[in-house]
Amino acid sequence: MRRITLIFAKYLIPVFVLACPVFLTACHGSKGLPEFVMPEEFDESRQYEITFWAKNDTNKIQTDIYKRAISEFEKLYPNITVNMRLYTDYGRIYNDVITNISTGTTPNVCITYPDHIATYMKGINIVVPLDEISCDEKYGFGGSALKFDGPKKEEIIEKFMNECRLSGTLYALPFMRSTEALYINEDLVKALGYEVPDILTWDFVWEVSEKAMKKNADGTFAVNGQKVLIPFIYKSTDNMMISQLRQKDAPYSTEEGDIGIFNETTTGLLLETAKHAGTGAFSTFKISSYPGNFLNAGQCIFAADSTAGATWMGADAPLSDIAEDNKKSFTTIVRPIPQFDVNDPKMISQGPSVCVFNKEDPQEVLAAWMFTQFLLTNDVQNAYAETEGYVPVTTKARNSDDYKEYLSLAGTDNNEHYGVKMDASKLLLENTDNTFTTAVFSGSASLRDAAGALVENVVKAERRGTKVDESFIEKTYDDVRSLYKLDQLGGKPMSKEAAGKLPAASKALLISLAVAWILIAVVYFYGRMAKRKDFKS
Amino acid sequence: MKKVIAIILTTVCALALVACGAKGGADKKSEGVMTYEEYQAAAIDSEVTIEAYVQACMSWWDGKITLYAADRDGAYFLYEMPCTEEDAAKLTPGTKIKAKGYKSEWSGEVEIIDATYEIEEGSYIAEAVDVSDLLGKDELASRMNQFVSFKDLEIVASTDGNGNEAPWLYNWDGSGEEGNDVYFNVSKNGQTFTFLVRAYLTGPDTDVYKTAKTLNIGDKIDCEGFMYWYEGPNPHITKITVK
Repeated sequence: MRRITLIFAKYLIPVFVLACPVFLTACHGSKGLPEFVMPEEFDESRQYEITFWAKNDTNKIQTDIYKRAISEFEKLYPNITVNMRLYTDYGRIYNDVITNISTGTTPNVCITYPDHIATYMKGINIVVPLDEISCDEKYGFGGSALKFDGPKKEEIIEKFMNECRLSGTLYALPFMRSTEALYINEDLVKALGYEVPDILTWDFVWEVSEKAMKKNADGTFAVNGQKVLIPFIYKSTDNMMISQLRQKDAPYSTEEGDIGIFNETTTGLLLETAKHAGTGAFSTFKISSYPGNFLNAGQCIFAADSTAGATWMGADAPLSDIAEDNKKSFTTIVRPIPQFDVNDPKMISQGPSVCVFNKEDPQEVLAAWMFTQFLLTNDVQNAYAETEGYVPVTTKARNSDDYKEYLSLAGTDNNEHYGVKMDASKLLLENTDNTFTTAVFSGSASLRDAAGALVENVVKAERRGTKVDESFIEKTYDDVRSLYKLDQLGGKPMSKEAAGKLPAASKALLISLAVAWILIAVVYFYGRMAKRKDFKS
Repeated sequence: MKKVIAIILTTVCALALVACGAKGGADKKSEGVMTYEEYQAAAIDSEVTIEAYVQACMSWWDGKITLYAADRDGAYFLYEMPCTEEDAAKLTPGTKIKAKGYKSEWSGEVEIIDATYEIEEGSYIAEAVDVSDLLGKDELASRMNQFVSFKDLEIVASTDGNGNEAPWLYNWDGSGEEGNDVYFNVSKNGQTFTFLVRAYLTGPDTDVYKTAKTLNIGDKIDCEGFMYWYEGPNPHITKITVK
C-alpha cells in the first residue's frame, strides 16, 4: 500500500497540480470568461476605455444623439472613454460580434436583438446577466452612487424588459421600441369605393388590393392612372408570417425551441399570399423595393413597414429616396397591421436592445454597465425616440414634460412633428399591451429568417409562373428546413445549461477531479486498514 | 526549306490576325445562353442564362456574392449569388462565368437574382464607355451596370441631415463614419446628380475612396464607375481624377 501511496504522492499529485492550470486556462479561453462579480466600489482612480457598437437607421440625427450621450457621460465620468462604432444593419453587428467572440474582442456595450444574444450565449459568460447588478444599491437602477438620474427598475416598462429575458434571466435592456404599421393612401382607398376602418382585416386589404388591379385600355391602372401599382407591399416578411401566426394563435415555436411553423395554418396563409402575389396585388421589399418609395409615388395603397421608418412614409415625408417629380399628393393614414380578429389586435414588438459583454476586468464591465444605464436617461430616450416612430422604453421619459409637449405638437410641421411619424409612435403607445415577441433560443434568429423565406419563396414562385399549391409548399418547407438548419434546433432550450457544450478540456478536468477523489479515497482507506493491521500485529 | 518556313510564318500571321480580329467582335455564346439583346428583351421574373466576364466584385458576405459582369455588348448585375468564400476568390475581374437565374428589378435596378454559376475559360475587361452626354437623359438607363466614364463634372455641395453643406458625406446624410459609403454631388449642364463611392466595392484603402474625401466644392473632375441604378442613376464610382 505504501508503494501505491508513494506512487500517488510522487507522480499523480504533481501531474494533477501541473494539469490544473492547463485545464483552467482551457476553461478561460476564447469561448469563456470567469463569471462577472460586481465590484464593491467603482474605482475612479483608473482610466477605462469602453467600446459601444451602435445601430442607427442611416440617420444623422440619431448618430448625433449617440455622440451627445457619450459626451455627456464622459463629462460625468472623466475616467471613462467611450469609443463608438456605427452600424446601420443588425445583421452586420450580429456577424461582427460572433467573429469577435472567438477572438475575445467583443465590444463592451452593443445594440442588439434578444434573438442574437441567444447565439452570443453559446460562449461561456460572454454576456453579463443583469438581474443582480441592476438591483445593486449603488450602481443598479436608480443607484445611490450613479452620477446621473437614471430610471428606477419600476420605471422601465416591464413588458419591454421581459423581452430581454432569456429563460428568465435578464441579458439586455430595452433601448427603443417600435412596432409595424400600415401606412395607407386614403385617396386611393376611397377612389375604389371603400372607407378606411380603424382596424383593417387581412380580408379587407386583399379585397381592396385586388380591386385596384383593374386596368385601363392603355395598360395603366385605373385607380392611379400609372403604369406601376403594387397595392400591398410588406417590408418585413418574417414579421408578416410571425404576426399572422400569432393572430391565428397557430404554432411558430415553443419557449423550449421546438419548431412549430410548418403546419396547416402556415400552408393556408402561404396559399392566400401566393394567390395575391400571382395577380400582382402583393409584393415584398426584397422583391420590389421599399414600400415607402411606391407609397410616396402613388403606386402603393397599403405599405406595411416599421414605425421606426415613419419619416419616410407619406406624401409629406421629410425623408424620401424618390425624385420630387415622382411624388404624389395624398392623405396618409396610419393603422395597425391587418388583423384576423379586430377585437383582439396583435402586432410585433421590435426595436433595439442593449447588452453588456463580459470582460476580464470587472471594473471595466461596471463602467460599461453604467453607460448602458445612461442610454435610458430621459434626455437620450426622448431625443432618440423623436427621430422616428419609436417610443421611449421608460415611463420616466414618457411622463416627462418634454415628451408630453412633443406629443402635443403632432402635425404642426413636417419635420420634428411630422404627423405620420407621430401617429406611428402613438400607435405603439396605445397598443403596447397588444404587442408580442417570439420565444428566444439558440437558433431563433434562423427560424425568423426561415419564416420570411417562406413568404418570399411563394411570392417569387407565383411571379415566375410556378404554380403554388400544397405540394409546392411542402417542398418549400423541406428546402427552408435544410437551408436554415432547422432540423438541428428542436427542443434545445436556451438556458445557462444550454449555453454551450462543455469544452473537451473542461470535461477532462472534471474526469481528472473524479479520478483524483477516488484515488484519495482508496489511499485513505488502504492507509487506515494498514494502520489497523499494524496496530493488531 | 525557305518556302516551308515562309508558308508556316504566313499561316501563323493569318491565324494571329483572325484571333485578334475576334477579340473586337461579339462573343459567341454557348448553347442555351442568351445574347445580351435577348437578355434585354427578357421579361422581369423570367429565367435567364447569360455568359459574361466578371468586372468587379461588390461584396461577398454570408455565403453570397454580388458582382458586376459584362460581355462585349452590355452589362449585368448579379445580386447575392450563393458562393463559397473559396470560390469568391476565383471570381476576379476578367473571369468568364455562365450564370443562370431570374431577371429582376429592384428600385429600377435590373439585376439577376437567385442565380447559380459556373466558371468558364476566357477573359475580358470592358473599357469605360463615356456617358457624360447621357446624364439627365432617359437613355442613360440603357447603360445600366456598364463600366462608364463621366467627363467634366463639377463638385457641388451636399447637404447633411442637419442641413449643413459639405463637398462629400459619409452615407447620404452624413450619418456614417470612415468605412461607410462616401456620397458627393456633381453638376453637369446645370443639373445635379448624386454619385457615391461604395465602400463594399472600393473601401477605405482604395485610391478612389481616399480621393473622394479630398474633394472640394468647385473641383472639376472626371470619373469612372459602374452604372448602378436606385430610383434613378446612382453610379458606383471607382476612379476620380481631379483636374
